[in-house]
Amino acid sequence: MVIGSGAGGGTVAQELAPLVRDGVRVLVLEKGPRFADDDFTGRELEMADALYQDGGAFLTRDGTMTLAFASAYGGSTVVYTGTSLTAPARVIHAWDVPGIDHADLQARSAKYTEQNNVHLLDETLINDNNRLFVVGGRNAGYYVEQFPVNVKGCRGSSLCNLGCPNQAKQGTNRVQLPRAERAGVEVVTRAEVQRITSDRTLDVRVSERSPGAKGAPSEWAPGDYRVQAHIVVVAGGAIGTTSLLLRSALPAPRSLGHGFTCHPALILVAEHPGPITNDVGHPKSYFVDHAESERFVLETCMYFPFVTAKSLTGFGATHSEIMRAFPRLQMILLLACDHATPDNRIAVDRAGRPVVHYRVTPQTVDGLVRGTRAAARIFFAAGARRVHAPADPPLIEASDAGRLDERITARHFRPGSLAVSAAH
Amino acid sequence: MTPAHAVLCAIATTVVPEATRLDATQWDEVERIIARAIAARAPGLRRSLALYLALLEWLPLLRYGRRFSKLDAERRTRWLARLQDAPVLLVRRGFWGVRTLILMGYYGRLDAAAAIGYRAAARGWEARR
Repeated sequence: MVIGSGAGGGTVAQELAPLVRDGVRVLVLEKGPRFADDDFTGRELEMADALYQDGGAFLTRDGTMTLAFASAYGGSTVVYTGTSLTAPARVIHAWDVPGIDHADLQARSAKYTEQNNVHLLDETLINDNNRLFVVGGRNAGYYVEQFPVNVKGCRGSSLCNLGCPNQAKQGTNRVQLPRAERAGVEVVTRAEVQRITSDRTLDVRVSERSPGAKGAPSEWAPGDYRVQAHIVVVAGGAIGTTSLLLRSALPAPRSLGHGFTCHPALILVAEHPGPITNDVGHPKSYFVDHAESERFVLETCMYFPFVTAKSLTGFGATHSEIMRAFPRLQMILLLACDHATPDNRIAVDRAGRPVVHYRVTPQTVDGLVRGTRAAARIFFAAGARRVHAPADPPLIEASDAGRLDERITARHFRPGSLAVSAAH
Repeated sequence: MTPAHAVLCAIATTVVPEATRLDATQWDEVERIIARAIAARAPGLRRSLALYLALLEWLPLLRYGRRFSKLDAERRTRWLARLQDAPVLLVRRGFWGVRTLILMGYYGRLDAAAAIGYRAAARGWEARR
């Protein structure tokens, strides 16, 4: 029994598929629906509602950060940008999980790199938004790297985060799950596991498809089921897996749910003098990794009108002015590298729903400040005329490019004052 | 115009000044998007939001002698800026939530996306050549 069908569950399902020939029944239970190709319309709110938990805005307990994770056949591999890095050695060492060794992981990753068509995009497919990041990054003295991506036949819709409308992204919904199903693995969608008992019985609720909703009905009739399993693999993501284990009352360490980290992220934008290609082409092709030295990573990105609007600081005329400059906007996603703290954890409420307790630490704020300054340097070095960032006022003109350390300070990063989000 | 609609209009046109140019059909769409987003949230959050909106509307009476929806544009902007920068997290967070709903209602519409020049399409590069 595999719970979840994303990067973890989908891959495990494929690896277990050969056992079906030996008479073993392998079942994947996925909470989200199975979408047809023409369900992916690229319309922002429609797709966010269909694909993401809480429309992509799952709120942390104190309401100061949103978490985005998908609920679909293929999990979050349906909605990410296809960037496919093998975890670096420093990350694996920091996890310190017995049995996971970086060299071994690297060798295993090579198989999926091949299987999912992971490669560097040809330069002719790179849009201005990404090209300017490379130019600005290098001019400003940063080491810019290219993301390997798992696309095949990418037409450059730029709509990756709303599910690729051209089926180009090679997520588990396109590669591992179909292979597993062809080999006899059963996948049941709209099937949420309520709890697991100590004898490996699963209480499963299969939901009905709401009238007018996207996605196919479940493979099973709606209702409650009890399923007995010999082996259970829980792969429902950091939040889904933890909350399921917590409500299952299984023998588990007291630390279950503790040490939650999420790389809090900010979307930063800058305005160029003329139009650039930004909402066409693969959105996330390059990055700057300063995780070890300064606690941040910068990535190219391109978001949709509402997400862009909510990510900008402030409101009123200045905010509208930036929104109207959309065809001239360059965007960078800043991720702060947070560390586990005792207070940041996943719990469940009385109804068993996940509750994420998360507060940014001063170290994380420091990463956000340093990252914002670095992004601003890159924007200006790429020719931007002004940068919009957490500052007072939020618009920083090119004439102020030499005063970024004064303009961007920790006091502008108060919780509840800016749109911090994290993706899983 | 209902009192709830008047408050929403007053906040929306302060957060997004172009919203003053919306016609009745477009307003309906803004309100439908916001109502749908609120309906999807937990009852506790919905109650908090209703309380926050009531306070946002009535508290300016103490400072300016008028409700928020009766203030001129400049005072509305000043009032919302105070909420945005308030020292109390609860107040800032509430404003952030209201602001997010307004921006969702306004920029979540396809015609608003087109108006700002957003042109992403499934055909990608092919559509631009």
